[in-house]
Formats: sequence, structure tokens, C-alpha cells
Amino acid sequence: MPEVALAIFLLPIFSFVVISLIIRPFLNKRPQLSWYVTIASIGASLILSLWMLVEVIKAPGHVLPMPDYQWLVIGDTSIHLGVMADSLAAVMLIVVTVVSLVVQIYSRGYMHGDPGYCRYFAFMSLFTGSMLGLVLADNLLFLFVFWELVGLCSYLLIGFWFHRPEAARAATKAFIVTRIGDFGFLAAILFLYAKTGTFDIGELQHLALVGAIGGTALTWAAIGIFSGAVGKSAQFPLHTWLPDAMEGPTPVSALIHAATMVAAGVFLVARLFPMIASSYEAIMTVAIIGGFTAIFAATMGMVMNDFKRILAYSTISQLGYMMLGLGVVGVGVARGAVALEVGLALGVAVGIFHLFNHAFFKALLFFGAGSASHATGTFDIREMGGLRKAMPWTFATFLIGSLSIVGIWPLAGFWGKEQILSQAWHYAPILFYLAMITVFMTAFYMFRLLFLAFGGEYRGGAHVSLRESPAVMIVPMVLLAILSVVSGWLPISEFLGGESHSFFGALASPMAWASLLLAALGILLAYAIYSKKWISAESMRRRFAPLYTIVSRKYWFDELYENVFVVRILVDGIFALFHWFDDHIVDGMVNGIAGGTIAAGREIRRLQTGQLQAYGLAIFIGILAIIAFFMIFG
Amino acid sequence: MNLYLLAPEISLCGLAIVVILLDLVLKRKGILAVVSVAGLIVPGAFTLALWGREETTFAGMLAIDQFSLFFNLFFLVMAALVILSSVDYVSKFRAFQGEYYALVLLSAAGMMLMASTRELISIYVALELVAISLYALTGFLKDPKSSEAGMKYLLLGAVASAVLLYGMAMVFGLTGTTHLEEIAQAIPGGGLLANPALLLGIVLLVAGFGFKIATVPFQMWVPDVYEGAPTPITAYLSVASKAAGFAVILRVFYEALGAVSLDWGIIFAILAAITMTLGNVVAIAQTNIKRMLAYSTIAQAGYLMMGLAAVSALGSSALLFFLGAYALTNLGAFIAIIAISNKIDSDLIGDYSGMARRAPLLALALAFCLISLIGIPPTAGFMAKIYIFNAAVQYDLTWLVIIAVVNTAISAYYYLRVVKVMYLEAPPSEEAVPSSASLRAALSFCCLGVLLLGVYPWALLRITQAAVDIFFP
Repeated sequence: MPEVALAIFLLPIFSFVVISLIIRPFLNKRPQLSWYVTIASIGASLILSLWMLVEVIKAPGHVLPMPDYQWLVIGDTSIHLGVMADSLAAVMLIVVTVVSLVVQIYSRGYMHGDPGYCRYFAFMSLFTGSMLGLVLADNLLFLFVFWELVGLCSYLLIGFWFHRPEAARAATKAFIVTRIGDFGFLAAILFLYAKTGTFDIGELQHLALVGAIGGTALTWAAIGIFSGAVGKSAQFPLHTWLPDAMEGPTPVSALIHAATMVAAGVFLVARLFPMIASSYEAIMTVAIIGGFTAIFAATMGMVMNDFKRILAYSTISQLGYMMLGLGVVGVGVARGAVALEVGLALGVAVGIFHLFNHAFFKALLFFGAGSASHATGTFDIREMGGLRKAMPWTFATFLIGSLSIVGIWPLAGFWGKEQILSQAWHYAPILFYLAMITVFMTAFYMFRLLFLAFGGEYRGGAHVSLRESPAVMIVPMVLLAILSVVSGWLPISEFLGGESHSFFGALASPMAWASLLLAALGILLAYAIYSKKWISAESMRRRFAPLYTIVSRKYWFDELYENVFVVRILVDGIFALFHWFDDHIVDGMVNGIAGGTIAAGREIRRLQTGQLQAYGLAIFIGILAIIAFFMIFG
Repeated sequence: MNLYLLAPEISLCGLAIVVILLDLVLKRKGILAVVSVAGLIVPGAFTLALWGREETTFAGMLAIDQFSLFFNLFFLVMAALVILSSVDYVSKFRAFQGEYYALVLLSAAGMMLMASTRELISIYVALELVAISLYALTGFLKDPKSSEAGMKYLLLGAVASAVLLYGMAMVFGLTGTTHLEEIAQAIPGGGLLANPALLLGIVLLVAGFGFKIATVPFQMWVPDVYEGAPTPITAYLSVASKAAGFAVILRVFYEALGAVSLDWGIIFAILAAITMTLGNVVAIAQTNIKRMLAYSTIAQAGYLMMGLAAVSALGSSALLFFLGAYALTNLGAFIAIIAISNKIDSDLIGDYSGMARRAPLLALALAFCLISLIGIPPTAGFMAKIYIFNAAVQYDLTWLVIIAVVNTAISAYYYLRVVKVMYLEAPPSEEAVPSSASLRAALSFCCLGVLLLGVYPWALLRITQAAVDIFFP
């Protein structure tokens, strides 16, 4: 089994190596080869992941024992690396390999004829391998390496069309903003290592549970780790990079910026859940940030006009839900309201179950966006409209995805959302009400998008002939549509140690009816405004003009960060100080030393005369010098 | 007397003879390289068959242990890589192709013997076997530069041999024996100052061996010889010959002179500091890439000597690891340079401008090896530096580590300058630079090895730790 686990993440990395070292330089006449290699390696990873899932299901306690490999020994310190094969890893492997495979199939149609075809699949392979490695890592050091690798792939793929200035800018922004969170994460890793002498996740959790690390130290470490998750999962206040990241190719958005990489933050919190939940302050922070981000992002989703940006805010909002789910159960654990063992498993199950479902329907929604723009050549929904007739497959699958994300029974999105809501109800009522309002907003912005893009008449230029996308794009969408219906029926939650749910029993709870009602209201409002136009969108906008301005300008966070933090404080203040210090003090020293070194090099070089006698003489002078040294200092 | 224990060396000499004989009868000389590389499998297999044995033969003059077996494999791999990278180069010769390969093989046999002898006279014989082969190989091109280099190497080598023999004579005179373990028993205690004869003997040994590993001030021959010699032989000198020197030093100083290790430890520490600083500082001023790498190898010898200065199991195993990492890296860099200069016929760094566009893979490999020489992760060079710095810190040589870190920073300047020229400057022409399959194979092997050791150092470290166990039972 250890070989299988290694092969799962090494195969796509191998595919990256093959594409970039063999296919791209030597076989660039046949770029299709890179697609085949990618598909083969990720397909193999999927099969191996399924195999591992079966083994984990059979294993006692759903954990497979895995050997450790000694990686590094420095003096008395040794660092081991290995893989963790538990239910959490097994579920994540399935998510990553399934979505990645489907995305690669779709990409064949979407990226057809792009000059960067090989490069695209090389990066996609590297991303998939790194993401799988991240999921499997059993210690923080390796998790962090893969964490940075997926960040790098994200950067490279957002800026895939680097000749477009917006893409290059968005890539840089994503890289820098996530780096802020990663700084906290790395600091926490090093802090924990200094405290405990280990990077091993299992050991760290054990130490936290028995109280060997605790108090303020643990809180700071947990918050440091969570700051990494905040950056990666685009939670408030580091959410600004994700909407801009939509400049990348749409399949990239589907895989990296919707289904997998951005969910890595949620995964990280789940992976270290016992440790983070050991600190009340830290886990409360997780819950509050999650709940707040969910509603905060939803408000912005309601007013955007860019197809993919609406989906991006929706992703941020849904990731906030997952954080909320993890956080509220953790709060229950920290308060002692729920038994430790049960609560720890339950929290992971609640968060990851929604992650699992979300991966499929959100990837599907992005595919819909890609398909729509494939036909219309734009992502602006004001210039779409009427796509329902021209693109029946895209419309049907997009509708399923929308119903699923809104949380309509019995589609996949319903089940995860219900669990989060019911846990929030128990442990954090205020956050529960926020989450309920978010349900309404989600329904509104999704169906606003749907009615504007697919309903009514086509509003774009006349020169475009609307046509359904090719089969290579439709088939993956149908596959994901099926998953968006049924993924919630799978017993993922029980497998992770959470609560089971019954198919019709879920409808017995009043809370389910309440949330369904709110969702229906949201859909109805969108219908009234954007389909039937009973209420004029324009007059609404005027009536709520101040509110609309605030939300549509994204609460001025971009301006705040760029003009105030970056320009005023950093560039004009701190950087200017550094610059002066650098110019006058550091450069002065460096130039002095460098000049001295180079001059010394020139001078000593003269000793190299080429004269044999001089060389022989040097040997004897050397011998005498060593003896003299001993005579004098010995 | 168990001749089987010598099977790797004997079969290697046999292979050299076969190659010379084939050269007489064969018309197609290309086969010689194939025979040479394939034939190396035989001594390699014998080495692996002996793996784990610890015996001595020839009345204790030769030892077969993890240490010598490690170096057997090391030199066999080096010889194979050098032969692979010579194929293009040698095919330009009209005659003497067989001799070229045979000399490489014979010198490898001598290096293997150097690592396994435990007696001063046989050490000297093995050393001369290596040296004479290398003198001939250095002057192989017969153009003025190569001949001058060969001549200089021969004359200075003779001086160094004389110094070494004199040192051996002093040690013999003092202890009455040439066997290392008996010397260890007979060595008088009480430090070197109490015993000027021993001091002189040790300093002369340091000078004689220092010539081999090219430490300051016994390094003067290096730039001229490296520049003049055929480039594959330069690569061979810079890794294999140096490694053989370190192997002998470890044997002699650890096994025979362990009693006065405090004294010679400080010699090596000071020489290490001077050597790395001088190598790096002068390398900055170089415009010829072969000369730059020549000074770089001097600097690297400085880092390597930190392992000698930190007299401990940690230090010596770190030294062996560094040798392995350095050998793959330096060889990789030289092979890339061979491939490039074969085509552009220039060794000037300025002529490498835009190489990333003309030969993307060669440029990438060269950049990767240079990064490893600086010691930036994820490369073998990084791990090697970590280990050897750590060993020095553990041995209370923090001052030396500080000097080494400063030197590492200085070295980044001239290594990265090559990367900058290759990647950021415009190429003089867009003409592609092709390379032969054997060069590419050798280069891939080196780069993959550098990456592997950078990511999973335990693969080699395990072996080096076992190899130095013989010194620290």
C-alpha cells in the first residue's frame, strides 16, 4: 500500500516531467501527446485512489498504517516523511483526482489550438500531483512544500496568458496576497517545531490533546496555521485575490480556484482540527471568519456582472460555509458541549462533506461559464441572454448545478449545507442566522446569473452565431451534473465519522424547511426582477444607491489594500525608509565589500603568472608557512 | 592472500588492456567507448559482490571495507561518466583513441587502490599510477596549450611526489613502519611541538596530498592545467583525482595519525578557510568559464576540507557525502560546458549569452548544476553544505562556518553571472546547439542525481555513514 500512496501523487508529477522535458522540447509538432500523458497519469491516480479508498474503508478505524521514511538526519535531529492514509485523505484524493480528470477532458476542447497547449498540461499535471501530495503529507514540512507548489501552479496558471496585462497582474496579486497568509503558516510551523521538535501532524495533535502544548502558545500557533488557510481559501480579509484570479483559463478556475486548491485551506483546518480545536480562541476565530466571509462574499456576488466573478464570490462564500462548519463544531468541542472524540470527527465530517459536494457542483458551474463564453466570446452577463435555446445542454447542466449550490432537496448541495446549519444552530446561534441569510443571497445571485445569462433574448453583438459547445466539453459537464445530484447521497459523512442522514428523514426537520423557503424566496426575487421584470432592477438600484455603491465597489477593499496599505504605508512609509537604508547603508557596505573583493581577485590573479618556478616556490613557501605557524602559535 | 578481494581492480586493468588491443584491430573506433563503459559493469559487479565484507590482504597492505568499496563505486561511476562525455571529443582524434580510454580506466584503477591501501609505499605506488595516467591525458591534445599543461602538471607533480615521499620517510623514520595501523601505535603522544620530526613529516604529507586535492598554496597548477587539458579530463581531474586525494588523506590521517588529530585538524581548518576564500575571490575575476570552474573547484576543496578539520564520524561522513554531491554537480557542469564549447568553440563566458534560447536543456542543466555548486535547495549541493557545516559547528569550528557562509554568498556572484548571461542576454545567433546522445545521457544522470540527493539525501548518507564506521569503531 505505501507504494500505491506514493504513486498516486508521483504519477502526475512524472507526467509534468515527461511533458516539459520530452514532449515540449522534442515533440512540439504533436502537442496532443501532452494531453494523453496527462489523462493517463491522472486516470491512473484516480484508479489508485479508489483502490486506496477501498483499503481505508476496510481498515480498522479507517486508518491504514504507513511506514515512515527517514528523510534527513542532522546530528541528533531526524526528520521523517511519510503519507497519511486515513478517511480524510482518502476522500480528498477522490475529490482531486475525479475533478482533475474531468477538467483535463474538458480542457482538450477549451484549450484546443492554444499555442501554450503543452505548457498548460504540464502545469496542470504538476498542480494535480502537488495537490495530491498535499493531501497525503503526514507532516507539516512536506505539507508546506506542496502547499507552496500548488500556490506556484496557481500563479503560473492565472498568468497563463501572460501577454495580457490583467492576467499578469492578477497572478502577481494572487501570489502576494496568499503569501501574507503563508507567512503566518510558516511561522507557526517553525514555532511548533521549536516548541515540540517535530513536524509530524499525528504527534502534534497528540501533544495538543494531552495538553503538552497549550495556552497562548497553542492559540498563536493555531491562528498562524489558520492564517495560511485564510490566504489559500480566500477568506476575509485576504479574499481579494480570488475574483481577480478568474483571468486564468476557465478550466483552471474550475479545478484550482473552485474545487481543489482553494479548498486546501479548509482541508488544512480539518487536518489539524484536533490541534486548532484545542484552543477556544483559535477555533472561535475560524467560525467567525467563516460565517462572516460566507455572507460578506455573497453580498458582492449579488451585484457583479462578470460571469466568473459571480462564481468566484460564490466560491469564497461556500468556503466560508465550510470554515463555519468546522468552526462551530470545534467551538462545541472547546466548550465541552460535545464529547471530544465524537466532536473531533464530527467537525471534520461537517466541513469536508460540504467540500466534497461543492467540488463537483462548483466545477460544473465553471464549466457552464466556460461553455457560455466559448459561444459568446465574453464573460459579461449583460451581453449574454437567451442562451437557453441555443445551448440546451449547457443550460440544463448549469440549472442542476445552480439548484445544487442553492441547496434544493435532494441535490448534493442540500446535505452539506443542512449539516452546517444544524451544527451552527447548536453552538453559535448568531452565526446561524447569518448563514440563513446567506442561503437567501446565494439563491438570489445564482438565479440572477441564470436568468440574465440564459433567459430572455440574446443581447450581444449580432456577429456571433450561438452554438452549443463540442461533445468533449459537454460530456464532462454531464458527468459533473450527475455527481452534483448524487454526491450528497454517498455516505461520506459517516465515513469521516460524522452523522448519517436519511433521504426523506431530512425533510422532517423544520430547519430544512426554513432554509428551503429562504432559497425559494431568493429564486423568486431573482425571477421577479430579472426574468419577469415585475420589479425594475434599475429602480431597485436607485432606491438602494448607497448600499449598491458600497457592495459593487467591493467595500473598497482593493482600494484600501492598494492605496492605503501598499502605497501610503508600505511604499511611501516603510519601503521608503528601507530604500534609504538600502541605498546609503547596505549598498555602501555591499559596494565597498564587492569592490574590495573584485579588486582583490584582480590582484591575486596576478600571482598566477604561468611561471613554473613561481608555482614550485609557492609549495615550499606554503610548507614553511605552516611550520612557522606551529612554531609561533603552537 | 585472497586475490578475489582485488577483483574489481584487476578486472578494471584487464578492461584497459582489452580496450588497447581492440584499438589495434578495430576500424570503427566508436565501439571502444561502448566497450569501456559496458566493461565497467564487471568491476562494478565485483564491488557489489564484495559489499559488506571487511578483510585485508597482501599482509595487511590492502583493506576491503565499506570505505574502499564506497570509493570503488564512486570512481567507477566517475570513469563511466567521463568516458561518456569524451565520446564526441575523442572522435576528433586521428589516433590513440584506445589509449585515451585505457588511460582513463587505468587511472580509475589507481584511484581505487588509493582508497584501499593501508601502507605508505603502496599508497605512493597507487598515487603514481594515477598521476602518470593523468599527466599523459592532460597533454593528450598535443596542441601548445595542452602540452604546456601536461608538462607543468608533470613537473609540479614530481615536486609534490618528492615532498610526499620525504614526509613518508619522516614518518617511517620516526615509527619504524609503513603500515598505517602500526604507525598509529608507534606515534609518540604529546603534541607536535614536542616532536619537530613528526611536525615536519605531517606538514610534508599535507603538502604532498594537498597538491592532489588542490588546496592553497599547493593549487597553483590548477588553473593552467585545467584550462589546457581536454575538457573531459579537466572534469575528471576536478572530481575523481580530488576525491582520491581525500580518500587517501582520510585513510592516512584518521588511521595512522589519529593521536595528533588536534594538531592537523587545525592545519586543515586554516587551509580550508584560506582555500575557499582565495578560490572564490579569484573566480570572480575570471572571464574564461573553464578557468572560473577551476577556481570554483579550489573553493569547493576548501568546503570539503571542513570535513577533514571536523575530526569526527559526522565530519568524515559529511565529507564523503559532499564528495558525492560535488562530483555529480561539477561533472554535470563540465559536461554541459563540453557540449556547448564543442559547438561554439569558445570557453569565454561572454560567448554563452542567450544560450537558454539556443540550447534550452543544456542551459537549464548548467544553471541547475551551478545552483547546486552555490548550495541552493533543492539540490545535492545544498544538502552537502548543510551536513558539512553542521559537522563543523558540532566540532566547535563556528568561525570556519561563518567564513564558509560568507564565501558561499561571494560564490553566488560568479556562478549566477553565468546563469544571467545565458538567460537574460541576447544570443549572437539563433543557431541551435546540438549535443550527442552520450553527452545527454551523462548529463541527465548527473542532474537527476543532484536532484535526488537534494530531495532524498538519506539515499547516499546511509552509505557514507557506514563507510566511515571503520575509522570510528
